[in-house]
Amino acid sequence: MGSTNSTLLKIPNVEVLMQETGFSPAHIIRLHDRFKALDKEGRGYLCPQDFGAIKELAMNPIGDRIIGAFFSPGKETVDFHAFVKILAHFRPVDKDRPKEPNSPEPINSRSNKLKFAFQLYDQDKDGKISRDELLKVLRAMLGMQVTEEQLESIADRTIQEADLDRDDAISFEEFRKSLEKVNIDHKMSIRFLR
Amino acid sequence: MRGLSLLLFITVASDATTDLYVTGASVPPELGVSAAPAVTSSVASRYVPEEYGHPGIALARSAEEPAAPSTEDGESSHHHGGGYKIVQWEWSYVQTPYIIASWLLVASVAKILFHFSQRFTTAVPESCMLILLGLVLGAVVLIASKKQPYQLDPGLFFLFLLPTIVGDAGYFMPARLFFDNLGAILMYAVVGTLWNAFCTGFCLYGVKMAGAIDEKVNAGLMEFLLFGALISAVDPVAVIAVFEEVHVNETLFIIVFGESLVNDAVTVVLYKVYISFVEVGPGNVHTADYFKGIASFLIVSIGGTLVGLIFAVILAFVTRFTKKVRIIEPLFVFLLVYLAYLTAELFSLSAILSMTFCGIGCNKYVEANISQKSRTTVKYTMKTLASIAETIIFIFLGISAVDKSKWAWDTGLVVSTLIFILVFRAIGVVGQTWFLNWFRLVPLDKIDQVVMSYGGLRGAVAFALVVLLDKEQVKAKDYFVATTIVVVFFTVMFQGLTIKPLVKWLKVPRSTNRKPTINEEIHERAFDHILTAVEDIAGLNGYHHWRDKWEQFDKNYLSKLLLRKSVYHKSELWEAYQKINIRDAISVIDQGGNVLTSARLSLPSMASRTSFPEVTNVTNYLRENGSGVCLDLQVIDTVPGAKIEEELETHHVLAGNLYKPRKRYQSHYSRHFMTVGEKERQDREIFQRNMRNRLESFKSTRYKRHKKDRSQKKRKGSDAKEQDINDKPRRNVSWQDKDPVVVPVAPEDDKHDPSEPDKDDDVGITFVARKAPETPKERPKSVPAALDVCQSPVAAPPSPTCGEKNLPWKSGVGSLPPCVSVEATKIIPIDLQQAWNQSISSLESLASPPAPPEPQHPRVSALSRLGGPLRTPVNGKSGGGAGSGSNTGSPSSGQFKFPTGKEEEEEGALSQQQQEMQPLMSSLRPPPPPPPPPAAQSAGKRRNPCVYLRSLVTVPPSGAELQSRKPTQL
Repeated sequence: MGSTNSTLLKIPNVEVLMQETGFSPAHIIRLHDRFKALDKEGRGYLCPQDFGAIKELAMNPIGDRIIGAFFSPGKETVDFHAFVKILAHFRPVDKDRPKEPNSPEPINSRSNKLKFAFQLYDQDKDGKISRDELLKVLRAMLGMQVTEEQLESIADRTIQEADLDRDDAISFEEFRKSLEKVNIDHKMSIRFLR
Repeated sequence: MRGLSLLLFITVASDATTDLYVTGASVPPELGVSAAPAVTSSVASRYVPEEYGHPGIALARSAEEPAAPSTEDGESSHHHGGGYKIVQWEWSYVQTPYIIASWLLVASVAKILFHFSQRFTTAVPESCMLILLGLVLGAVVLIASKKQPYQLDPGLFFLFLLPTIVGDAGYFMPARLFFDNLGAILMYAVVGTLWNAFCTGFCLYGVKMAGAIDEKVNAGLMEFLLFGALISAVDPVAVIAVFEEVHVNETLFIIVFGESLVNDAVTVVLYKVYISFVEVGPGNVHTADYFKGIASFLIVSIGGTLVGLIFAVILAFVTRFTKKVRIIEPLFVFLLVYLAYLTAELFSLSAILSMTFCGIGCNKYVEANISQKSRTTVKYTMKTLASIAETIIFIFLGISAVDKSKWAWDTGLVVSTLIFILVFRAIGVVGQTWFLNWFRLVPLDKIDQVVMSYGGLRGAVAFALVVLLDKEQVKAKDYFVATTIVVVFFTVMFQGLTIKPLVKWLKVPRSTNRKPTINEEIHERAFDHILTAVEDIAGLNGYHHWRDKWEQFDKNYLSKLLLRKSVYHKSELWEAYQKINIRDAISVIDQGGNVLTSARLSLPSMASRTSFPEVTNVTNYLRENGSGVCLDLQVIDTVPGAKIEEELETHHVLAGNLYKPRKRYQSHYSRHFMTVGEKERQDREIFQRNMRNRLESFKSTRYKRHKKDRSQKKRKGSDAKEQDINDKPRRNVSWQDKDPVVVPVAPEDDKHDPSEPDKDDDVGITFVARKAPETPKERPKSVPAALDVCQSPVAAPPSPTCGEKNLPWKSGVGSLPPCVSVEATKIIPIDLQQAWNQSISSLESLASPPAPPEPQHPRVSALSRLGGPLRTPVNGKSGGGAGSGSNTGSPSSGQFKFPTGKEEEEEGALSQQQQEMQPLMSSLRPPPPPPPPPAAQSAGKRRNPCVYLRSLVTVPPSGAELQSRKPTQL
């Protein structure tokens, strides 16, 4: 326990962080270890290059987008707080925890999970997934397996299906609607502690 | 005991199953009486020797020596009178297959009868009914023959009945779901079963010590542990049978179902270990033997799994090379999956595990490799076999229970076993779930636990195992048999009956059975990638990490090895996309036809639609149209090879018919068929449709007879002759043309109504029967409408789908958008996928440089020659003006939502114009020609429509005809 506390103490504002993200001290320590491992030069923040060093991530078709999601616009670095906050999106929803009426929506809520996914598509941050943006993601995910025409027809169809206001793009609201039947809590969560 | 069985028999017979009794009773006495003399107690042992003995004897006897004293006993060889017998009674020759076939028949008929009453079957699970029926049959046989010749024979059960069910379960196991919950499944299967087995065994022994079980039950600790082992395993057959009807959510189902399959390894090992312990005697068991037992468990389970996976690889690899011999593809699947089972049995490994993993492992590759039709064949054959095997198992369970010589009753044993089973199951589930929920992403809540505890059904596996016991070694076998029967009946019947209300009462989330949309497909794939990436970033080697690793491995090595090259390069997402498109296409075609009909009902000239076929049979549709003419103007440019011509035509049918409903169902339908901006393409499409309809209505009037001849083999020779006279090739007729012709005939149909049942292809004529007679002038106007109404050929040759409907067993079809009829959804996988692929690619080709009007010229000119100078302007206007075709030329066309308002106006105006034109056009038709040739009249009333039609249109000079046909002869 002593080592746990000492590690925790090294992290500034750890109480606030735990409050915001819902991570337990054990989670935080684990993530902090990971953070330090990624931050090879010990600068206290991570650059996109640090993420690029994760070799499994290089194989991930949309890995670069996910890396991009860690960096808020205009920033080249991410500190531990932001790092944990991003990861907190993927914490499973805890059903047992009593809901405090006045507390803000937790980071791992359904709509926040969806927002995270949405912004991976919406690279130009205009609040809409355009056909081009969708095509890019599809191309990354499908790779060389399909022809460009096939990609386009899939993209067209996808937009057509989700597009409710006929603007040829998927807004967040439409995105949410199209995934209404999906158990997002399940599909967008990972277990952080084993 | 007879009193008991009679009582059962009477109560059941007086039940809703009175009719069943009648059917059942008519067969079994005969079987029982005739089979009894030759029969030993075991079914299998009877089959084997007699099968080889009889044929030869029977043949020899019937050949030359009827008076020879046959070695046969009994009634079958009663023809000793000498001389040649015209009719011989060869019962002994056909006995075995005859009995088997009769049993299958009884079982199948019983299923039909169960499903007569919808309300009854929703309340009572089929397995209950089958057991009851078995009890009845068993009682009847017992009364008739004073002996019970039929029993669930372990050999028959383990070698034939169980594999069919497990094979089906494994092959169609939702792999992703299974592996997502693998931890829980393994936990329940291994720990849970061990817990149940030991606790039940020890506690029964304790009860015996306490004196609650009669002294006659001569069993020690080892015997009770053995009994505990065989009675504790959840049974796959019973679980499938009951849970299929309950429709709990998929996670719950997969856990209980997976457990029932995987626990086989535990059961097998425990059973064998205890048997050997019982054999050597409890005193001689050394500590080493326990470790041997554990080692045996590992070998049996891992070995069984490996055998299954090896066969899965072999199977997938073999199907890579079956391109030229598609017809035996399904056979490979059955054979290798079955061989996986037998091989595991051969090495006394867990056969159920082997078969399950063979099915799970090969499914992905095999399904990708084999043809669409083979897929369907595999699916329905497996389901049929599994369904019938399940039926037989439950019936035999019922029958076996009646055999009083096999069992001995002890109330203490029965009651305490029942209590222990229920209690320990519940305790086990709660304890394990508590442990598992530490690790599970989605914890199993209390309701889930209740259902899982209650769903721990025991079944035929336990019964077969207990029957297998050796009476010499296990003295209390008869008591165990009785207890097992009671336990099985209690779990299957009482729990099976009450689990549905329980699930409803607890509000357990049900399965939705909804197909994912393309958005869900895409986004869920993206989620998988996201989660993998996040796990990598967070440095967790979690589930997604390993799944991703596996997928990489699969993609890089396994798929390369096991998939055909052509398949390997296809993307799963693309496949999913195509499937969704097909589904939509079906729904649009299916629904579109009907909806349009209702829209057009307002048309005064419209035929009554009341007799319009309720379900559009797309299979027939495609089949019919396979050799039809190809009227699509685009294709004329491309000049496809003869081979793909059929597919192209299929596509054009789809494309043509999809066009219009899409307007209506924009939300349902894919934009890529026509993007908003591409007005040109749209215009062309409209024009083409328009043209096609006109041409076809025209052509059809001329080619009516040939089409009929082509589509129906039942035609008489006189028809064919007539066709020869006219010298018109079949392919000139498209699928559509029969319908347009059919409608205008309305006024005449009274005449040929009686003859209609004879001919398949003219059924459609009936639907105009109620229509008030029209004047010939109005008719042309109704023709286009009719084109839309009768999109499907009216001919309905028996299609495989009819039979499919009767398969209650896991139809697996899933539900589709509400507008799709069940019939249609079942057809998709069979015929449409390829067609749809074609349609997509061809539709994409639509986007290529537009076809200049030139290709149309031959037809237009032919038409103008036919219809006179005035007709050409009409065509020109409707086509070039991007207006509605004749298909949309009705008042209802205003309802179609065109993307731009301008177009809508345009269309409205044009359709107006068109309607004005139509009387003109009709009046252009030449006056009734000379009366039809006498041959036509002599051919009977059935050809009246064409006779009449021919009277409407003059047959043009053959030269013009040929020219008009030219573009279609590709």
